[in-house]
Amino acid sequence: MNTATATPTKLTRKDFASDQEVRWCPGCGNYSILSQVQKVMPELGYPKEDIVFISGIGCSSRFPYYMATYGFHGIHGRAITLATGLKIANPNLSVWVITGDGDGLSIGGNHFLHGLRRNLDINIILFNNRIYGLTKGQYSPTSEFGKRTKSSPQGTIEHPIRPVRAAIAAEATWVGRSVDADAKHLAKMLKLMARHDGVSFLEVFQNCIIFNDKAFEAFAAKKVRDERMIYLEDGEPLRFGKDREWGLTLDGLTPHKVRIGENGVTEDDILVYDAKNPSMAYLLANLEYPEFPVPVGVFLDVQRDIYEQSLQAQIDEAKSKPGAGDINALLAGPNTWTVD
Amino acid sequence: MSEHKVAELDSVTIRFAGDSGDGMQLTGSRFTDTAALVGNDIATFPDYPAEIRAPAGSLAGVSGFQIQFSSHDIHTPGDRPDVLVAMNPAALKVNLKDLPEGGILVVNENSFTKGNLRLAHYESNPLEDGSLSGYRLIRVPMTDLTVKAVEETGVQRKLAERCKNFFALGVVFFLFERPLDTTIKWIEDKFGGKPEIAQANILALKAGFNFADTIEVFQTIYEVKKAKLPAGTYRSLNGNEAMALGVIAAGVKAGRPIFYGSYPITPASDILHELARHKDFGVKTFQAEDEIAAVGASIGASYGGALAVTGTSGPGVALKTEALGLAVMTELPLLIINVQRGGPSTGLPTKTEQADLFQAVLGRNGESPIPVLAAATPGDCFYVAIEGMRLAVKYMTPVLVLSDGYLANGAEPWRVPDLSELPEIEVKYAEPRDDGEEFKPYDRDPETLIRPWAIPGTRGLEHHIGGLEKDKLTGNVSYDPDNHEYMVKLRARKVAGMVRDIPDLEVSGPQEGELLILGWGSTAGAIISASERLRAQKIPVANAHLRYLNPFPANLGEVLGRYEKVLVPEMNLGQLRKLLQAEFLRPILGLNKVKGQPFKVEEIMDQARAILEQRTVAG
Ligand code: SF4
Repeated sequence: MNTATATPTKLTRKDFASDQEVRWCPGCGNYSILSQVQKVMPELGYPKEDIVFISGIGCSSRFPYYMATYGFHGIHGRAITLATGLKIANPNLSVWVITGDGDGLSIGGNHFLHGLRRNLDINIILFNNRIYGLTKGQYSPTSEFGKRTKSSPQGTIEHPIRPVRAAIAAEATWVGRSVDADAKHLAKMLKLMARHDGVSFLEVFQNCIIFNDKAFEAFAAKKVRDERMIYLEDGEPLRFGKDREWGLTLDGLTPHKVRIGENGVTEDDILVYDAKNPSMAYLLANLEYPEFPVPVGVFLDVQRDIYEQSLQAQIDEAKSKPGAGDINALLAGPNTWTVD
Repeated sequence: MSEHKVAELDSVTIRFAGDSGDGMQLTGSRFTDTAALVGNDIATFPDYPAEIRAPAGSLAGVSGFQIQFSSHDIHTPGDRPDVLVAMNPAALKVNLKDLPEGGILVVNENSFTKGNLRLAHYESNPLEDGSLSGYRLIRVPMTDLTVKAVEETGVQRKLAERCKNFFALGVVFFLFERPLDTTIKWIEDKFGGKPEIAQANILALKAGFNFADTIEVFQTIYEVKKAKLPAGTYRSLNGNEAMALGVIAAGVKAGRPIFYGSYPITPASDILHELARHKDFGVKTFQAEDEIAAVGASIGASYGGALAVTGTSGPGVALKTEALGLAVMTELPLLIINVQRGGPSTGLPTKTEQADLFQAVLGRNGESPIPVLAAATPGDCFYVAIEGMRLAVKYMTPVLVLSDGYLANGAEPWRVPDLSELPEIEVKYAEPRDDGEEFKPYDRDPETLIRPWAIPGTRGLEHHIGGLEKDKLTGNVSYDPDNHEYMVKLRARKVAGMVRDIPDLEVSGPQEGELLILGWGSTAGAIISASERLRAQKIPVANAHLRYLNPFPANLGEVLGRYEKVLVPEMNLGQLRKLLQAEFLRPILGLNKVKGQPFKVEEIMDQARAILEQRTVAG
């Protein structure tokens, strides 16, 4: 399917911006995500025609219209199903799913679970704004317990789901998290997820300026970020703070926030992150502000058989058998008789 | 073989009935294969409970398999059995009412124990109380004889007893002078890994055959000669197999890979099983997490250029409905197979019904036209699958194909076609372009209204599609009122225009007159048989079969106009009847049956006679 004939002109971010007028509310976090995606695309090395953006329903799901690639704006919650069939039909394509907390975890929760465990080589970005935007302000499955919204005037009585934990539990092979406004980090995550062979799942904290403004402000605001978020790096000690003076240690299964140099804590006591270890990933995914810094980065990065490749291998094997693909033999079956 | 009187019969109907654990479906299908290979025409009707193992011996657990085999062409599995094989009291209780007086009744007398009689709600043993005196009752101690016959293999008693279905089959094979070799070969293949089980089943089969011979249980044995079918190579196959083969053949004809997305559901799962076995044709089967994922992935695959199919039953179509609207809106080719079962809700999973016609034609939000076809016979499922795919690909539209539980599991002799006989399926993807012009995905052929199939990976055709209303040209989102009305009408016109690709309705019998019996789907066999028999009795009825239910053939209105009365027998409360009345503004008579059972030929004949007599009286 790859069309290698055209001279590989170097694409720029402009080549990925469509002519459609972007219609998100001014100040919406979606803008910066769109901008980073458009910026990163040329660096991935795919011909433009091999890239497909697929979405469900919600504010974030308008995303494909703004990309000058192939785009499919599906129905509520079903983007992963469309992406699954497309990737199976044409494994050459670079397939991106854009979803939100309502689309991906509420109505599309079942596909989230199975799409991740199946491990197709697709990229799923979940814009988590902890609210329903497009339907104008109801609580979402990631809204905090007790949150007052139009549909929960006295506060929600539902415990939220945490996307990263759910993705790890669903057997995803690459799980990451970033923040809309942290452009550099977001771009890095986008590149890493694209390079991962197998399914990659990125949660992006996305600010909905209209219905849930400043939801992540307490820890993600530029001036507090270093102190209140921790950037996970595989093989590196879990340190944070302006001068990396803070760290995390593990006592049994309980993490602790420590200050290096205090109470006899040395650099060597700090936990070294292992992105190949789902248990550690899960442990880190539990950490929340203000008790802990909020981890962003690559939680999990492991390799497993890739669905569309395994399927192709089965097809190749079946085709290599003697008599394979003989349609006349298939139609006749093992037992025939003749009428003259 | 000892001397027996041999009588020749035109056709015979046998029903094997027993507990779900008795292996009656297997026994019936073995008899079917032998009858087919001997050259009879056949039609079968497996009828089994939804529970895999209902309580042993209970009325709910009775499983039956009826086959009609004959020396002329037949269209139904027979109204009533000539021979009933009852493996236990419950099977007798459930099935005896269908056996005509004087019919042959073979029972396993060992199973008529106090406990089993109680489970079947018999107050006294019917074998002893004279209540069966009107039948040719043949009592066989099948369990005992089977256990004795297989003793030498050393298999445990429980396993030995399970061979009694082959003993019963042996008895029936003797009665109809059938050879044992195909069954023996089948057993050897099936139980290849367990030679002692294979041996036990073969011994039981032979023991049954020899028992019937030496004990002379039958005064007369019967011969049913070969049927004079059109020349060709034949095989026996059921509707689900035929549907799967049709899907594969469509892929071969189109030269494109098949994608089959499905979620397990009775009675459609066998299509998934069959297709999963044929990866050597490049078939990609995808067992989805639910019905919605199955159709979603199929739409995604179609977007990617595959020949996409999703198969299910009525409840599954209900779940897929929103996505079918998406396929309509995005104008992507997709074949949807609905193997109908009794509804609503979970309904009767293993029983047949035709009550999803409204769902197929009308059952979506918005104006959402989808072409609909229905298969007439098990073998016709093959051709309907190919035709559905041809239309879907040509017109860039989802196409819904209806089968039902009766077709899915019923078998018939099927003339194996040559690939060259099958219609061509031409796949045209939009060509790559370098001119820098914006590609317009909704720019279409002005006459057929078909839009291009532009698949990702094609240079220069980057575009957006989706479920929101689209501008008639650019495919960009459009909320313009005039554009919406234009697009709604355009989608309707496109599907209506497919009529030019649909053959006219053909009528058998008088080309005009008093009564036309019009059917669709699996009632075809019963309607043809009833009409032919009525005409043989000089009752002038015409009959026709509607294969295309949306759009209707162009001449349908004109055909209806040639008859004073039109009768539509359907296994629903009159869904085609209402569609016809709405479309053609004329009264249509209905014959409706929703018992999870196909029509008997007699039922249709009686109704036709009643209609004609009423007329005579009134006239
Ligand atoms: S409602 Fe919220 S999420 Fe939606 S576009 Fe506006 S700011 Fe963004």
